[in-house]
Amino acid sequence: MKAALTPALSVRNLHVATTGTNPTEILKGISFDVNPGEIVCLVGESGSGKSVTSLVAMDLLPKQEIRPTGGAVLLNGEDILTATPARTKALRGAEMAMVFQEPMTALNPVLRIGLQMEEVFLAHRKMTGPDRRQAVFEAFEAVQLPNPPRIYDSFPHQLSGGQRQRVMIAMALALKPRLLIADEPTTALDVTTQKQILTLIRQLQEENGTAVLFITHDMGVVVDIADRVCVMRNGEVMETGPVHELLAAPKTDYTRSLLAAIPSLTPPEPAGEERGDIVLEVSALSKEFRLGNPLARLIGKPDHVVKAVDEVSFCLRRGRTLGIVGESGSGKSTVARCVMRLEDPSSGAILLDGHDISTVQGGALMRARKRLQMVFQDPNRSLNPRIPILESLSEGPMNYGEDRTSIHARAAEVMEIVGLDPTGLLRYPHQFSGGQRQRIAIARALLMEPEIIVADEAVSALDVSVQAQVLDLLDQIRRERNLSMLFITHDLRVAAQICDEVMVMRNGRVVEMGPASEVLANPKHPYTAALIDAAPGRSWDFVAGQPVGIPVPS
Amino acid sequence: MTDMISVRAARARRLLALPRPGWLTVAAIVVLALIVLAGAFAPLLAPFEPTELNSMMRLKPADATHWMGTDSYGRDLFSRVLYGARISMIVGFSTALGSLAIGLPLGLIAGWFPLADGVLMRIMDGLMAIPGILLAIAVVALTKAGLVTVIIAIMLPEIPQVVRLVRARVISVRNEAYVEAARLLGTSSTRIIWRHLLPATFGPMIVQGTYIYAAAILTEAALSFLGVGIGTETPTWGNIMAEGRLYFALTPSLVFWPAVVLSFCILSINILGDALRDSLDPKMKARG
Repeated sequence: MKAALTPALSVRNLHVATTGTNPTEILKGISFDVNPGEIVCLVGESGSGKSVTSLVAMDLLPKQEIRPTGGAVLLNGEDILTATPARTKALRGAEMAMVFQEPMTALNPVLRIGLQMEEVFLAHRKMTGPDRRQAVFEAFEAVQLPNPPRIYDSFPHQLSGGQRQRVMIAMALALKPRLLIADEPTTALDVTTQKQILTLIRQLQEENGTAVLFITHDMGVVVDIADRVCVMRNGEVMETGPVHELLAAPKTDYTRSLLAAIPSLTPPEPAGEERGDIVLEVSALSKEFRLGNPLARLIGKPDHVVKAVDEVSFCLRRGRTLGIVGESGSGKSTVARCVMRLEDPSSGAILLDGHDISTVQGGALMRARKRLQMVFQDPNRSLNPRIPILESLSEGPMNYGEDRTSIHARAAEVMEIVGLDPTGLLRYPHQFSGGQRQRIAIARALLMEPEIIVADEAVSALDVSVQAQVLDLLDQIRRERNLSMLFITHDLRVAAQICDEVMVMRNGRVVEMGPASEVLANPKHPYTAALIDAAPGRSWDFVAGQPVGIPVPS
Repeated sequence: MTDMISVRAARARRLLALPRPGWLTVAAIVVLALIVLAGAFAPLLAPFEPTELNSMMRLKPADATHWMGTDSYGRDLFSRVLYGARISMIVGFSTALGSLAIGLPLGLIAGWFPLADGVLMRIMDGLMAIPGILLAIAVVALTKAGLVTVIIAIMLPEIPQVVRLVRARVISVRNEAYVEAARLLGTSSTRIIWRHLLPATFGPMIVQGTYIYAAAILTEAALSFLGVGIGTETPTWGNIMAEGRLYFALTPSLVFWPAVVLSFCILSINILGDALRDSLDPKMKARG
């Protein structure tokens, strides 16, 4: 092989800015190369400009709003920025292709998969109908989709998330492009599916020698897939280098802090086996959802019953954190919503200090609610955008008859506890960042002085550095106030860091439960083992800065 | 420091932060203001009584005394169009206000209480199945034609639209995490509706209100034109056009002037409605 190879994609001093009277620079002169047969990861937190970079390369920017203002983007030496729209259209699909985050929205829901797939060949190749069909089957086989003819005739909703993403990859790679851009292609998938998709991309890339630009926010995924890494922040490339070098010896403080924020998969040593009394006991909790309509019932057609939660039992002790871990559809959120009585359980008991609250109504439910508070996943949606946060915070205490002056004083106090300036109380939610909003949501829960906090994926929507801070805050509050916490998450790393006990759920049932250190270190159930195995970046020890397995020199 | 007065101030600041209107919106506001003022001060502005007959001056073209000419009874067209603005503005405003006032609570109830939803919405579907103008004609035919009857007749078919709109908004907001959070904070149903759901319907309601306003003016003109609206002795734009239709070949200005004013009026209201929709849309605001 000749050493002087042209990069498949070469980004040179690229500047991108918003249009309008007050332009803001989104990319401030970034440069990097992706060589043939190489996977380069663009890593960064939200707002770092990584997705914009990919859109520039594909010439898919909404040009009325965002425009390149300088530099060059060379695809096999040809500048995309100066190419005609007709030319870039021809290049898309044939020379470069893209896989998006959410395969459901990237596929047309009313067309059969096969037809959508054939479109790629229709647009770029002269082929007869049967040939196209054959080519589609081969493309499906290449991405290891089972039974290609069945997939061909399916609609997008009939496939699983992983299968849909395989279809997207098949489409992207159908014409053997030189460059594949994958924008967070596994973020919407469960970890076990994610692992399969990552392996598939790796494998296809090696077979075809494709250059891959892989965009992700997840350092674990970087470990699993990257050859080289490009760390981005606020529209600039902070540093770039081969993956192991960069992970072992990061050159910038930013990369160091990013790596330090990644929670370890190994739980910290349990801090003393203090056994508090039981505050919450759930026994044989079940929740069924009945799907059916009155008309179908009239003709004797039985309802479609979905058992979201099936005989789940657990205890939560004072001052402890119980993690409920599982993939999407495992029923973990439904358990939390039943405990909070946002859903009415079908059967079973929820004992709060020995009193069953699973069926209480009115005043009794109101008294129970004060002791249980919830922090939701998406802080953009859990605060009413139309009212100042002071009003959101005081809503609860006011319902319980506290007077305004004392609420306002306490609200200011709680704001300081969660690390925010009390003068911000009169501002609206949109004036805060995502992490700050989640702190406000925590403050709202704290103002109720609950005994139990239920956190439903409370850090999943946050960037990793913010996530670490919010986790610390939750843990600190729990310790200081001797609160108990029910922590629902899909992320084993997060669970490992914050939970004393872990309960693993699958298809509405508990498959394993026990102390976090035990369950995560020595899983008894094969499913738990599979989950841990699929956790991205398992081969790298972020704390030690080296691959797992090498003993730390002491 | 954090008393209720400053909360109000914060709210007020937010309302004032609406984006600056474009020239088209400004023009629409000016046109609409002129028409409203013309209607309000018609007795002062009109050079003649709108019902004053003058057999000497039948079907005269425009001149210095009769700015738009005269009709077949020798009445001054300009004065009649001015007075017509009164009726149009009253009908438009009352219909919009009335249908919102009735539709809003019904929509809130339908959206929040699933049991009421089925019954209420089937009634609304029934109302919607009848073409609006036919329903209006039927209502007017059953009762004595007059201003109030006409307003009710035009309002009736608009109500289901409002109910549907409010209901749809409530259903999408009721599943928002912040409404669930409010439930967990012990907030009662009535308070949730008052605090979280009602304000969420304001934006679409104001916009819908302007569209009803425009549609009502148009429907009133159509009813008058068909001869089933407000009595012919009252000058309305529809009545003027209906009478002018007979002499259209001779003096087209009889239809032309009220039609022009009517068109500008409707156009302005619709432009204003669009502008309101854009400025109340949170996505547009985030950009501004």
